[in-house]
Amino acid sequence: MAVVKLKAKVEMSKHVDAHAAPAVEAGAAAAVQKNLPLLPRYAPQLLAALRYVVPPALGLVLFVLLWAQISTLSGLPGPVKTWDSAQQVFGNPFYQNGPNDQGIGWNVLHSLARVAIGFGLAALIGIPFGFMIGRFTFLNRMSAPIISLLRPVSPLAWLPIGLYVFKEAQPAAIWVIFISSIWPMIINTAVGVTRVPQDYLNVARVLRLNEWKVFSKILFPAVLPYMLTGVRLSIGVAWLVIVAAEMLTGGVGLGFWVWDEWNNLNVEHIIIAIFVVGIVGLLLEQALVLVAKRFEYQG
Amino acid sequence: MEQRYVLLENVQKVFDTRSGRFVALRDVNLAVRQGEFVSIIGHSGCGKSTLLNLISGLTESSGGVLVCAGREIAGPGPDRSVVFQNHSLLPWMTCFENVYLAVERVFKSQEAKADLQRRTHEALELVGLVHAAHKYPHEISGGMKQRVGIARALSMQPKVLLLDEPLGALDALTRAHLQDEILRIVAATGCTTIMVTHDVDEAVLLSDRIVMMTNGPAATIGQILDIDLPRPRQRLELLQDPRYLCLRGEVLRFLYERQDRAA
Ligand SMILES: Nc1ncnc2c1ncn2[C@@H]1O[C@H](COP(=O)(O)OP(=O)(O)OP(=O)(O)O)[C@@H](O)[C@H]1O
Ligand SMILES: [Mg+2]
Repeated sequence: MAVVKLKAKVEMSKHVDAHAAPAVEAGAAAAVQKNLPLLPRYAPQLLAALRYVVPPALGLVLFVLLWAQISTLSGLPGPVKTWDSAQQVFGNPFYQNGPNDQGIGWNVLHSLARVAIGFGLAALIGIPFGFMIGRFTFLNRMSAPIISLLRPVSPLAWLPIGLYVFKEAQPAAIWVIFISSIWPMIINTAVGVTRVPQDYLNVARVLRLNEWKVFSKILFPAVLPYMLTGVRLSIGVAWLVIVAAEMLTGGVGLGFWVWDEWNNLNVEHIIIAIFVVGIVGLLLEQALVLVAKRFEYQG
Repeated sequence: MEQRYVLLENVQKVFDTRSGRFVALRDVNLAVRQGEFVSIIGHSGCGKSTLLNLISGLTESSGGVLVCAGREIAGPGPDRSVVFQNHSLLPWMTCFENVYLAVERVFKSQEAKADLQRRTHEALELVGLVHAAHKYPHEISGGMKQRVGIARALSMQPKVLLLDEPLGALDALTRAHLQDEILRIVAATGCTTIMVTHDVDEAVLLSDRIVMMTNGPAATIGQILDIDLPRPRQRLELLQDPRYLCLRGEVLRFLYERQDRAA
């Protein structure tokens, strides 16, 4: 309604001087009209865009205010102090002073590399396995109890096993990523396979397609959206777990950085790390949403 | 012309359901000539789709004998192609690719790629959809999807064409148009065709015989009606043909007097 009215106003303003608005116009409409000369012709679109920008911006502002308030009460570093510190940290992200003192950029990259390896291995094994248990009921029933038993185990409970088997921190951290991010991919892929519409499978049966054709022409495209959901969840889990794992295993990485800064009692850096973890996680997620959109088909 | 090209003898189908055995079909006996067009008509839920799926091999019979072209039916195959009620095109493939998948499966061993593409093109031409060949199923109308489904089924050069309410989901105008098209295609290819329908006019217009089914459970063939109207048939001319009206009346009487039931 408001938009329609506004459009009419724009039309009017071509003929009438907007400032000499007729007095009959009531409250809100008059207020809109006052701004009219400032607003270009795509005012409605602009307003719609504002509706998407204003609330998040407001939320962020409130968050920062709350943070500032809490910091004065608790002694935590406030937004200003953190910002100053962040400028230093990001001013030189790739410095290297020995194995335990490296720039934030190196730490992020090392964490990402661990996630990539652990998650990549999980995808390599989890996705084909998901396809198989979705396709073969016997396999499904066979693995169901194991999956439901192991899936709820807290990721860090796997760390000692990794340390014991690999005798080294680095592969142990990757192992934790692997084992905690594999489940969503197995389960979502398997569910996707069982949800492939019977009609498509009937087409395959009437054509008597061989198993490879069934897979490449029907199962894979039909399951892809489910699979990508699994991948997205897995990446989320992997990124969630890496910080905790690195805190325990050490080495260069965001988790280790957080722990190290805690030992130095450099709380600003810990807060910066929290933001970095959040932002990188968000970017990973968004990247995968984009990939998933690319592969969506309309049924 | 073989008189018993598709042969069903004492065919029976029992489903094992959660509430026990459910006899869907019993004592179904039918012989379809080569090149014949047979419609199956009956109230909703009587077992028409079940019967068609038995012939296509998608469901296994619980008893009796099913033969197609001298060989017992054991499982589905491209010699009995099916047009599904809801088109069942693969949404991630273009119309061309959907048809090509079928063509490739049947002819790849004997023919070069160019021939396969020509066949696909011809099948789309037959249903008048060459212009939509590179569109995806969600980009075309319901009637066009159904025509692609028909093109796919015909492209395999099946011995028997099986249609399960192929036009059921379409509006009356599109439906009439596609009926004429099926009439033309069947005359051109001479394909043995078995079609499930719930539309009396459609059945009379297209068929050589109409198989009328009794209500389930334990449904069977109640009556078979010969449609001896001369071909080629014209929809509008038929409307004034007293024989047409008489045959139509007979099907209606079967459905609403002898097998009347709220579906
Ligand atoms: N897989 C199944 N398991 C159990 N019962 C089934 C199964 N398939 C069909 N039936 C039953 O068999 C009967 C016949 O079903 P069918 O789908 O063949 O009916 P139809 O004549 O095609 O109906 P419509 O005209 O509505 O499509 C129905 O009562 C249905 O409930
Ligand atoms: Mg049916």
